[in-house]
Amino acid sequence: MRKTNALALAALGTVLTMGLAACGGTAGGGGNTSSGNNATGDAASAAKHNDAYTKVVNPSDAKGGTLKYALSDEPDSMDPGNTYYAWNWNFSRLYSRPLMTYTAQPGEAGLKLVPDLAEAPGEVSADGKTWTYKLKKGIKYDDGTEVKAADVKYAIARSNFTDELTDGPKYFAQYLDSGDYKGPYKDKDLNNFKGVETPDDYTVVFKLKAPFSEFDFLAANPQSAPVPQAKDTGVDYEKAVVSTGPYKFESHEVGKQLNLVRNTNWDPATDSVRKQLPDRIEVQFKQNAEDIDNRLIAGQIQVDLAGTGLQSAGRAKIVNDAKLKDSTDNPFTPFNRYAMISTKVKPFDNIDCRKAVQYATDKVATQAPWGGPLGGEIGTTAMTPTTVGYKAFDLYPNGADHKGDLAKAKEALAACGQPNGFEANVAVRGDRTKEVQVAEALQASLDRVGIKLTIKKYPSGDWSAQYAGKPDFVHKNNLGIMIAGWGADWPSGFGFLSQIVDGRFIKASGNYNMMELNDPSVNELLDKGIQTTDATARNEIWAQVDQKVMESAAFMPFVYEKTLIFRPSNLTNVYVHPAWGMYDYTWLGVKQ
Amino acid sequence: MPGSDPPGHPGRTIVVAFIVRRVIAAVLMLAVVSMATFAIFFLIPRALGQTPEGMASRYVGRDATPEAIQGAVKRLHLDDPLIVQYGRFAKGIVAGEDYSLGPKKAECPAPCFGFSFNNNQPVWPTLVDRLPATLSLALGAAVLWLVTGVSIGVVSALKRGSVLDRAAMTVALAGVSLPIYFTGLVSLSVFAYTLGIFPGGGSYTPITENPVMWFQALVLPWITLAFLYAALYARLTRAGMLETMGEDYIRTARAKGLKESTVVTKHALRATLTPILTIFGLDLGLLLGGAVLTESTFSIQGVGKLVIDAIRGNDLPVVLGVTLFAAFFIVLANLIVDILYAVVDPRVRLS
Repeated sequence: MRKTNALALAALGTVLTMGLAACGGTAGGGGNTSSGNNATGDAASAAKHNDAYTKVVNPSDAKGGTLKYALSDEPDSMDPGNTYYAWNWNFSRLYSRPLMTYTAQPGEAGLKLVPDLAEAPGEVSADGKTWTYKLKKGIKYDDGTEVKAADVKYAIARSNFTDELTDGPKYFAQYLDSGDYKGPYKDKDLNNFKGVETPDDYTVVFKLKAPFSEFDFLAANPQSAPVPQAKDTGVDYEKAVVSTGPYKFESHEVGKQLNLVRNTNWDPATDSVRKQLPDRIEVQFKQNAEDIDNRLIAGQIQVDLAGTGLQSAGRAKIVNDAKLKDSTDNPFTPFNRYAMISTKVKPFDNIDCRKAVQYATDKVATQAPWGGPLGGEIGTTAMTPTTVGYKAFDLYPNGADHKGDLAKAKEALAACGQPNGFEANVAVRGDRTKEVQVAEALQASLDRVGIKLTIKKYPSGDWSAQYAGKPDFVHKNNLGIMIAGWGADWPSGFGFLSQIVDGRFIKASGNYNMMELNDPSVNELLDKGIQTTDATARNEIWAQVDQKVMESAAFMPFVYEKTLIFRPSNLTNVYVHPAWGMYDYTWLGVKQ
Repeated sequence: MPGSDPPGHPGRTIVVAFIVRRVIAAVLMLAVVSMATFAIFFLIPRALGQTPEGMASRYVGRDATPEAIQGAVKRLHLDDPLIVQYGRFAKGIVAGEDYSLGPKKAECPAPCFGFSFNNNQPVWPTLVDRLPATLSLALGAAVLWLVTGVSIGVVSALKRGSVLDRAAMTVALAGVSLPIYFTGLVSLSVFAYTLGIFPGGGSYTPITENPVMWFQALVLPWITLAFLYAALYARLTRAGMLETMGEDYIRTARAKGLKESTVVTKHALRATLTPILTIFGLDLGLLLGGAVLTESTFSIQGVGKLVIDAIRGNDLPVVLGVTLFAAFFIVLANLIVDILYAVVDPRVRLS
C-alpha cells in the first residue's frame, strides 16, 4: 500500500513540479562547517548516512566503465562561459580549467582556492587594482595545441561583453576597467579590450576599476577557462567546447544528450584537483525527475546532475528505510530561504513592526514545507553556515523551540503603535509550492498576534523584473513581506551579501534587495571588507555586516537549505564538495 | 455499381477535387491555428502589459544587466510590432531565416520555424529529430490498442453478460480511469527496477541504431499507452456491436443463411468500425503531435516531451512549431479518415 501511495505521489509530483526543477541549484558557493579528513574512506558496506560529507566514500583508483548522469531539466548552456548553474560550475571542470579552482577536499579545507590553469594565486598590486596570473606552461587543448594567455583574455571578453552569451554572471564586466568596450563579436580587435592585458603568452593581467580583494574567487569561475578565438562559435560553442580538462566532447545533442570521452592531451602532472577514472561519461537531459530517483536507487544511473537531491517521493522512500538512508548525504546548499520585510511599506517602515514579525514567526512551521530538518536547518542569520565568515547568533530568539515568542511580539507591536496588530500583504511566487506553503505558515503564525496577512501570488518568471524586484510595484501594492531565497556565487560573505543587502544595489527592476535596506554602515563595511587583503580580518568584517543586517529586522531567515542526495553503491570516490554542496564531479568513478 | 464509372472517370475527378478542396481547407486551417497560437503567446501577454524587456528577461541569466536584456530583445526581435513578428515567422516557414550566434550567423533554411528562445537551436530540425521517437511510440501503441481493443469489444458483445464480458469491461474501466503517469511509473517500478525484465526510463534508442534495444525500451510505453486507449476502444466496439447486431439487416443476413462469422465480420463489424475509425484518426493524429504524458513518464525525447518543456520554459518558437506540427497531423489524419469512410461504408460518398 505504501509503495502504491509513494508511486502515486511520485506521479503527481512529476506533473506538478515540472516547472520547479529549473531554478534549483543556481550557482553558488558554500561548504560545510565540519572538519575535513580527506582522502581516506570506508569500504562501501560500512558507509553511513552523511559519510561522504566528511570523507571519501568508496575510495578507488580503478579506471574504466561508463559513468551515467541524468538531469530533469536542460542546462542553460554547457559552455563554461555561458552558464549560471552550480552543478555546471562543478561539472564543466571535467572539460575546462579556470585560472583558479577549489581544493579537492571535503569540509572547510575544500573552500581554499588553489591554482588550476595558473601557476599560483593572483598577485595583487599595491593599490589593489591590478591582479596578475602566470599560466602553467605546456597545458594543451584536446587538439594538442597549447593554451595561450590571449585565450583566457578572449574567454573573459566573450562571456562578459556580448549580447549573445547572456546566461552567466557578468562580474568581470562589473569589476574590470574596460571603458566602453563593445565585446569581441562587434569589435574583432581584442587589443581594444583594455580590462585584461597579456604582456606575453603566459601572463594575464586584470585591470580593475576599484580594489577587489576576493578576485581569486572570480578567477575560479569557469568563465576564466580559455577559449581560442578561432574556435568560438558563439551560442553554438556549447556543441563542441574545446577541452583543457581530463574529458573532451565526443558528441553533444543540445537539450538531449552529452557524451564525454578521455582527453589524452590532459596531463595529470599539471592538475592537482581532478581524476580521470571512467572511460566515458554520459549525460541525459530532460529526464523524468521521479524516474531519475528510481534509476539511482536501482543503480542504473550514478548521479542526478542537478545535485539538488531526491524528489519528495524519493525522500519518503529513504526516510522509511535505514539501509537506503545510509546511501544518502544531507549537505547544506548555498541557499538561505528567507523573507524580506520592506523598510518602505507601512507599517513596516517602523522597525518595531518588523521585530514583531521576527518574534511571532513559528519557524518550525516555516521549516516544514522545505521537508523538515532534512530539507533545512532553522536559520537566524543572513549568511549561511557554509559561508566563509559565518558566525552563529540570534537577535530575535523566538522561544526555545523556535515556535514564536508571542509576548515579545506583542511588546514590539505596542512599541510600533499597533498593539492590536494590523493588516499587511505577503508576496510569493505562486508557482512555487513550497514558498506558498511558507507564506501560509507565516500567515497562521502572525495571526496569533493580530497581524492579518493576505497572500499575493505572482508568477516566478517576472517576479524579479515586474513584481517583488520592482520597488515601484512593491510600494504601490503594499507588499510588506516578500518570500525569497539566495545562494552565493562564491562562498564568502561578500559573495553572499553584496547583491542582497547593499543599498546602492537597489534597482528599479530586477532588484534583489527587496527590503530596500540602505544602511550607510552596511554599505561602508562592504567597501571596507572588499578592500581588506588580509583574509581573517576580511571575514571578521562579513560577520559584522551580517550582524548589522539582522539588526535592521528587515531580513528574516527561515532555513539554511539542505538537500538529500543519493549515493549509489556502484559510485566510487564520492565526497560532498563544500563549494557546491554536491559531489565533486571531477573525482567520481564507477564500479564495473 | 462499384467499379463501373461512367465514361471520363468522374469518380476519379471527384476524388481529386475532394482532396484538393480538403488540402486548401487544411492549409487555411493551419494558418488560423498559427495565428491563434501566436496571439495566445505574444498578443495576450502584450495586451496584459508585458513589456518586450519583461519577456526577454526570461531568456537571459539570473543577473542579466539591462544591456544584456536589451541585447536579447533585439536578437529575438521582441520590440517589433506584432504583425511584423508574425510576418517574420510566416516568412521563415516559406523562405528561411538567418540568426546571429555571435561571431557568425546561422542559416535556417525553409521550412524555418524559428530558433528556440531557450537554447538557440533551430526549431524545425529539433522537431524532425524528435519525430521518430513519437512515431515509434504512437504507431506501435496504435496497432496494439486497435487490435486488442476491437477484439475484446467484439468478443464481449458476442458473449454479452458472460464472465469474460464482465472481466473485460472491468479491466477496461480501470484502463480508462488510471492516468498514464501512474500506470507508467508502476510498470517501470515492477518490470524495470524490481524484476529487471525491461530497461528503465530514458532508454529509448532509435531503431536505426539498435532495433533490439528500440523494441525492448518501447514495450512498456506501448503497453502503458495502449492500455488506456484499448480500454476505450473495447467499450466503444462493444456498444457499437450490440447496437448493430440488433439491426434488421443482420437478421436479413442471417435469414439468407450466411455463416455467423460472415455476419459478424462482413456486416456487423464493418458498420461498427465507422465511428471507431473516426476516433482512431483523431487519436492517432493527436498522438503524433506528441504523447505528452507517456513521453514524460518514460523520458522519451519525443515531440510531446519537447512541447511540454517548451511551454514550461516559455519557449514560444518551439510551442508555435509543435502546435503547427500537431495540427498538421490532426488535419492529415482527418483527411485520411474521410477517405477511408468511403471504403468502409458504401453509404458515404465523397461528393
